[in-house]
Amino acid sequence: MSTRLASLALSLILVASTAQAAPLPGDWPTLVDQARGQTVYWNAWGGDPAVNRYIGWVGERLEEAHDIEVVHVKLDDTAAAVSRVIAEKSAGNVDDGAIDLIWINGENFAAMKRNGLLFGPFAERLPHFALTAPKENPEMLTDFTLPTEGYESPWGKAQLTFYYDSARLEQPPTDMVALLDWAKAHPGRFTYPLVPDFLGSTFLKQALIELAEDPAVLAEPAETHDIAAVTAPLWNYLDALHPHLWREGRHFPRSGPELKQLMGDGELSLAFTFNPSEPAAAVAAYQLPPSTRSYVLDGGTLGNVHFVAIPFNARHKAGALVLANFLLSPEAQARKQDIDVWGDPTVLDMDRLDAEARARFQDAEDNPARLPPEALEKLLPEPHPSWMQALEAMWLERYARG
Amino acid sequence: MSGFTLGIRLVPRLTLLLLVLPVAAGLIGVVAPAFGWLPALGGETWTLAPWQALWQAPGLADMLRLSLVTGLASTLAALTIVVLFLGAFIETRLFRVVRRLLSPLLAVPHAAAAIGLAFLLAPSGLASRLVSPWLTGWTQPPDYLFPGDPAGVALIAGLVLKEVPFLLLMSLAALPQCQARERLMVARSLGYGPVTAFTKAVLPGLYPLIRLPVYAVIAFATSTVEVALILGPSTPPTLAVAVVRWLGDPDLTRRFLASAAALLQLGVTALALLAWWGAEHLVRRLVAGWLVDGGRRRGEITGRLVGAALTWLSIGLLGASLAGLLLWSLAAYWPFPAAWPSPMTLRTWREAADTAMGPLGHTASIGLVATALSVLLVVGCLEAETLRYRPLRPGAQLILYLPLLVPPVAFLYGLVQLQAQLGLAAGWWAVTLGHSLFVLPYVFLSLAESYRRLDPRWGQVAASLGASRATTFWRVRLPMLVVPIAVAAAVGFAVSVGQYLPTLLLGAGRLATLTTEAVSLASGGDRRLTAVYALGQLALPALGFLLALGLPRFLLRHRRLLLP
Repeated sequence: MSTRLASLALSLILVASTAQAAPLPGDWPTLVDQARGQTVYWNAWGGDPAVNRYIGWVGERLEEAHDIEVVHVKLDDTAAAVSRVIAEKSAGNVDDGAIDLIWINGENFAAMKRNGLLFGPFAERLPHFALTAPKENPEMLTDFTLPTEGYESPWGKAQLTFYYDSARLEQPPTDMVALLDWAKAHPGRFTYPLVPDFLGSTFLKQALIELAEDPAVLAEPAETHDIAAVTAPLWNYLDALHPHLWREGRHFPRSGPELKQLMGDGELSLAFTFNPSEPAAAVAAYQLPPSTRSYVLDGGTLGNVHFVAIPFNARHKAGALVLANFLLSPEAQARKQDIDVWGDPTVLDMDRLDAEARARFQDAEDNPARLPPEALEKLLPEPHPSWMQALEAMWLERYARG
Repeated sequence: MSGFTLGIRLVPRLTLLLLVLPVAAGLIGVVAPAFGWLPALGGETWTLAPWQALWQAPGLADMLRLSLVTGLASTLAALTIVVLFLGAFIETRLFRVVRRLLSPLLAVPHAAAAIGLAFLLAPSGLASRLVSPWLTGWTQPPDYLFPGDPAGVALIAGLVLKEVPFLLLMSLAALPQCQARERLMVARSLGYGPVTAFTKAVLPGLYPLIRLPVYAVIAFATSTVEVALILGPSTPPTLAVAVVRWLGDPDLTRRFLASAAALLQLGVTALALLAWWGAEHLVRRLVAGWLVDGGRRRGEITGRLVGAALTWLSIGLLGASLAGLLLWSLAAYWPFPAAWPSPMTLRTWREAADTAMGPLGHTASIGLVATALSVLLVVGCLEAETLRYRPLRPGAQLILYLPLLVPPVAFLYGLVQLQAQLGLAAGWWAVTLGHSLFVLPYVFLSLAESYRRLDPRWGQVAASLGASRATTFWRVRLPMLVVPIAVAAAVGFAVSVGQYLPTLLLGAGRLATLTTEAVSLASGGDRRLTAVYALGQLALPALGFLLALGLPRFLLRHRRLLLP
């Protein structure tokens, strides 16, 4: 009886959730008018004071220019925002959602899009989107190899970047095989975050790309290949590496920030991050030794673009769109790339900018902890997401049993 | 029936009504997905598949073992320390010192204590820096596995550090109720050594009074996420940590598995409670002969030495952890093996001060209202028990405690759905009501036994002198209970200050509190900022505890004999 009641209640909710949301104006100026006076709730990771300050600045600019109030909802994990959207959908809330914009990563994007939790397509509607020259830069349209189809708008760039303490390490290893030799010579001074942490899984993918006999198969869905055979070199490698890791591979840091903290504590001599400017910013914030240096592996490293998306039931969609558009403006992108502000590389294509806008992006001075800009060109594409899932499951099966 | 009696009789119903809906919604939010039902994610058939997936999760047996062992071992250790400390030092100078230290120690948020302890004992931590390199020769941190050891020793230590002050506070509030002073006097005059006198004459009366707090400690210790994340092992972690990981997995189909695991977590907590309950019975039977065998000083010296050592060790570890946090909040770059940060800077404090005022106001206002509401309802419920001459029905008590037993991450999902369904706007009121859900059980369990043990004859004497029910309550019973009520309120306030997920989810993140700021900043891994916010988080509840100790002195200035 209670089961039937529950089913009935839930099916009512289902019916409700198929109702249509209020239409948005088609042309941009009317939309900007509609956005006036709105409060946009932007859910974004709040773990970096520099990023938080940048988002605060964005809020001030939007208030001045468009009378939009931006509230930065600081998260420790995007999953909390995803939970809220799922709960709202379950409760039949289709046009009064509490979240207007999410800073999202590829995995969360894929899951939310698959479950119909996102609003869109909207990226093409943003006037500044064209400045990213999406035709020439296909990474603006793909997230973890999945086409974004306009359901998210690019915001910044990331590339796997290694960093080390030059006071303790003169010649850092520049590929995976050298890394193993180095770890054997310096036991306990390197590790990677616990899989399935985003950065930990990225390390597995980076190693697989270098170690696999035919890396080309990684662009295709994993199910179409013999997963065990393709990944065998990776597991042999990790089996050899783990005894020489920090804590002999029996315990792993939880995340990239914890990895950075271990570098700051001097427990590690070599680490990596997905934000190329993080080592330099961390030196400025006293978190890493002044002797920190960054580099990219010889064969290149994984890179991708990070995005913002709008939940399907966002209440202030017009405001969210104006905000997403402002994030793509040369003004906002140049400030974001400024190492003193955040140091996150721009997604704009310099060829699309006029001379005045381009001048904004000139760097004032060099920071020795910072990666030279040309290093960022050695970019490897992400494997198909099914590989990541397979790697995570197999890693947990092999190493998480204790 | 007078207005007072009528009003009081309605309170238990009102309380249950306020709790039943959220608790039921919270549980449906766990149970339905655990059996495959979550239409928003395409789960539209009832199935056991999530459970099958859970059984196959790598390392599940280790997770269960870890949760059970660390939960029970830490509770046992904390209780032992409290008993030995009280036995060895009650009514001594050390006792008064510790009593004064208690409030700030209790106010330390769990996560802050854990972070502090981790920094103290890690290979690159304060302890290792103090002896390096002059003694150890280490110029780089050594590589030993602590914290995060697979047996969970670091986790147990972290839990014990936070549970000792809590159990001690609960015991101090209960001691006058079980006539500890009189019992001790009699036993000592019969020639029993202090520890023996306490364990044989006072403990049998004291334990029933602190039993519910002990159960709450077990529930917390078996299901804690934050402490286990920082101090526990990672491959595999405790079950509660695994639940959080699965819930946060970008692969949304994992949420079914996570819900099943959350239900299993509920079972693990229940199993731990059952095991403890069984052990209680066993111990009672085993010590029956020992209690009356007349032995007056056996093991007296050992008990006193161990009690002193463990007490100082706990205070020392917690104090050093806090000192480490304070140093970090002032540190610029602070490399190993420097034991003192140099140069020091106020930069982190200044940065935090710029942004902390709004969060501070929210934290205080939400905490005060949630605590006031909870105290009002709990006192009403307990007074209704007195009027009816029987305690709340067991089912009703279970509902009261459920918010403590179900892992909040799982529970809150259903709560947010309820909020959305009722159209309750995300914001201050939603958050305050949500906090009350977690504050109320703690207030109840802090207060219940003291309230129930108040000698009914005081009321009867008052009635025989012609006082009405209301007068008896206001003029006799309430003043006699001011001390435990103040302590319960301080505990409740501290619980409210520490809430992260309810604040974030029910407020849709729009209400920043010190804790939401602290947790989101902690995810960035900067120990300096974390330290600043942890110390800020600590300041508010510490103020609450100071008030709880000081306020009764003022309120009872004409009834001094009631003061402990």
